Amino acid sequence: MSFGLLFFVFVLAIFLGVELISKVPSQLHTPLMSGTNAISGITIVGALTATGHSADLLGTILGTAALVFATINVVGGYLVTNRMLAMFKRKDGEKK
Amino acid sequence: MTDYSQTIIDLGYIVASILFILGIKMLGKPERARMGNLVSALGMLVAIVAVLFECCLSYEWVIVGLIIGSLIGIIAARTVQMTAMPQMVAILNGFGGIASLLVGWENFHSQPDSNLFVRVAILLAVLIGGVAFSGSLVAYGKLAGRISGRPILFRGQQLMNAAILAVILICSAFELYQPTGALAYVVFLLVMGLSLALGVAAVISIGGADMPVVIALLNSYSGLAACAAGFIIINNVLIVAGALVGASGIILTGIMCKAMNRSLSNVLFGGLKAGPSSKAAAEVQGEPKPITAEDAYYILEAARSVVIVPGYGMAVAQAQHAVRELGEILENNGAEVRYAIHPVAGRMPGHMNVLLAEANVLYEQLAEMDDVNPIMETVDVCIVIGANDVVNPAAREIESSPIYGMPIINADKARTVLVLKRSMAPGFAGVDNPLFIKENSRMLFGDAKATVQQLVTEFKES
Repeated sequence: MSFGLLFFVFVLAIFLGVELISKVPSQLHTPLMSGTNAISGITIVGALTATGHSADLLGTILGTAALVFATINVVGGYLVTNRMLAMFKRKDGEKK
Repeated sequence: MTDYSQTIIDLGYIVASILFILGIKMLGKPERARMGNLVSALGMLVAIVAVLFECCLSYEWVIVGLIIGSLIGIIAARTVQMTAMPQMVAILNGFGGIASLLVGWENFHSQPDSNLFVRVAILLAVLIGGVAFSGSLVAYGKLAGRISGRPILFRGQQLMNAAILAVILICSAFELYQPTGALAYVVFLLVMGLSLALGVAAVISIGGADMPVVIALLNSYSGLAACAAGFIIINNVLIVAGALVGASGIILTGIMCKAMNRSLSNVLFGGLKAGPSSKAAAEVQGEPKPITAEDAYYILEAARSVVIVPGYGMAVAQAQHAVRELGEILENNGAEVRYAIHPVAGRMPGHMNVLLAEANVLYEQLAEMDDVNPIMETVDVCIVIGANDVVNPAAREIESSPIYGMPIINADKARTVLVLKRSMAPGFAGVDNPLFIKENSRMLFGDAKATVQQLVTEFKES
């Protein structure tokens, strides 16, 4: 894939992100932040690739360390966001 | 690998990207936020499964890494207290940043013959990931109280930061010009070290009250670092997901800055003029009027409409459950109770909403600043619990005040203001608060939780 195409995707995704998030009620700012924070753990895909393809010891150590940190980010981020959102309740007691 | 299986893997990445987009969209709607988080988690799972099909020559370390990371993540998410949520978000964000940095390093180490674009991407992943990591660690330290929340400022600070950035750029240029060899490796490690130093230097000068802005911005950085990692391994799903996070972080940063009536550069580089402004102090004359919990009970007992303004002090005192109990008692007593929440109350965007939700406050009772200000004059009692700068009328009235122009909750316009506070110390901005000496203000000194519990007891015993 050419660099130009990747950059094209990048710019479109930035615009999409701005459109998606421009109007979020302030009560959801924390879950939104920790939820998007979990998404930034997508670097786990890079960490998996790095761990899988590295040929020597230092490469394996770096890859595995990246994988551990990214996994904490992903797993911890989603669970903690879910825990927070489970607490938001409406009058009829229905969880949202 | 056949073309056929590669197509299926690519389809997996597309599905994952779509799930992220839908998930973020749903996260912005109160009714669907929880489902949105699950949808985005599903997207992450799809992306991970897809990459597992193509990433690996061997799986031992992959499995080890996934298991260790998952265990730590699960334990941390289960045990963290809701009041500790700002520092939890900060540290998780830092982990995302360091992961991107390490991905960059590993690729630099293992693929010395990569092309120019990839080398640029590696340097960006290291720079942005490094700043996100060390900056988040400092933010974590400040939020958890491990290091002072006061801004650490010294002469020539901005010059030093600019110098660090300049050296990083020069080293990076060298790196692109001469990508291999021992010297190139040393220079690469220098770029990494300086990026980490830059993150520390940038956040250490920012005060605790400005942390909502900083966390939102660092969140954006960790997304952009993931983007850079996507350019390294040439994978669109990282670029899409990282860009979405980058954009959302920037927007939240903008919202937070607007709520403080300050520009981003002012938050990052300016710092508030430290110390109380003597000029402002001269204009504010009067004595605070302390009262007892019993007196406060009589005021509240007669109130028909009550607005509660929580702030960081409520989080510190862990008073949210006691506050909810007081709110219920007041409602049973016939008063209409609302919670007015300033956008930057607390230490991260939406901090107060999370704490009150934990205490089972219904979200219909939570009002935003712009909804509650117009009706403030009809409110009998406004209870300010551990909030300070966000209710400081100096922002409206005293032009020489450092926080002049910041939108505030007009607590002082209520008929009576009850201020629960530990002492007369100024808030994080270090600005005197004329609210405390206004004619209609009454001070209830003490720990917020203990004071609220006293009020609850007064109601129960009568």
